[in-house]
Amino acid sequence: MPNMKFGVVVFPGSNCDHDAYDVLKRCFGQETRFLWHKDSSLGGVDVVILPGGFSYGDYLRCGAIARFSPIMKEVAAFAGRGGVVMGICNGFQILCEAGLLPGAFLRNERLNFVCDFVNLRVENAATRFTGACEKGDVLRIPIAHGEGNYYADDRTLETLENNGQILFRYCEADGSITASSNPNGSRSNIAGILNGAGNVMGLMPHPERASDPMLRNTDGGKIFRSVIESLVMKEQITDLSIS
Amino acid sequence: MFDACGDYLYLAKITVTTRKSILDPQGKAVHHALASLGMEGIVDVRIGKFIEMKIDTKTTHSAEEITREACKKLLANPVMEDFAFSVEEV
Repeated sequence: MPNMKFGVVVFPGSNCDHDAYDVLKRCFGQETRFLWHKDSSLGGVDVVILPGGFSYGDYLRCGAIARFSPIMKEVAAFAGRGGVVMGICNGFQILCEAGLLPGAFLRNERLNFVCDFVNLRVENAATRFTGACEKGDVLRIPIAHGEGNYYADDRTLETLENNGQILFRYCEADGSITASSNPNGSRSNIAGILNGAGNVMGLMPHPERASDPMLRNTDGGKIFRSVIESLVMKEQITDLSIS
Repeated sequence: MFDACGDYLYLAKITVTTRKSILDPQGKAVHHALASLGMEGIVDVRIGKFIEMKIDTKTTHSAEEITREACKKLLANPVMEDFAFSVEEV
């Protein structure tokens, strides 16, 4: 597996940072480092991961305070230059609060914290985050959140839909999209979205918890593999253009 | 209260609520609980946040401006929440 540089941001209250680090470093053999929330440099990484957890205790709103961390200024600038950013669970909430992804999160419709496996249908496989999947694939990945109820107004939803920015939807095992497969009340069963430029992605489920073969479920690994392969292809294309 | 810097102290009382068009699951659950207590006549419950801020500044107008900016930048998320506030001299 080719080597890319990954940076996993650590906020006070992050608790999936080591899982993401371990999967990228040990399972995928990628050069991976932690980035502290007070850092003012991303240290030359190719991909930034905002991990799951409860940054700043989820005070006020999930992700509302983390988005003002010093490192987020760098992350926003990096994303603006086309850098690849991936937000998982709390990381997705932070990206929405920061305005790097559209929408916001409400309390789960049934008010309970849900920790369970869900089925996710891949809605668009022609992105750098889903290239190793086929459109319509059903991935089985865990969720663990109390505020994963994705909300966006009608116009935003329409834009997301028309541009292929909806990457994952909660679904039944056979891939059908139903109300009963929606664990949190998210509009349109949305579990993961992409920004307009295609370089910033957020998802509520935890692919890092379903990547290590030892756990006998590597569905989540397809997402990391997609990112790694897309970057390598880009590098090869750049090399060709130079020669 | 007039302090040594020539500024006044103001108290801002802010409420942040989920926009009316958005379902508030907490409010709905509390509404059901009130109904099960036998309380009649309550047709809707919505839950929000109440925030107090003390502000050291020269005029009521500037205290209001500071409060509005705080609400827009951090205290409320404009995607899903509305805010309202009052400012009084203390």
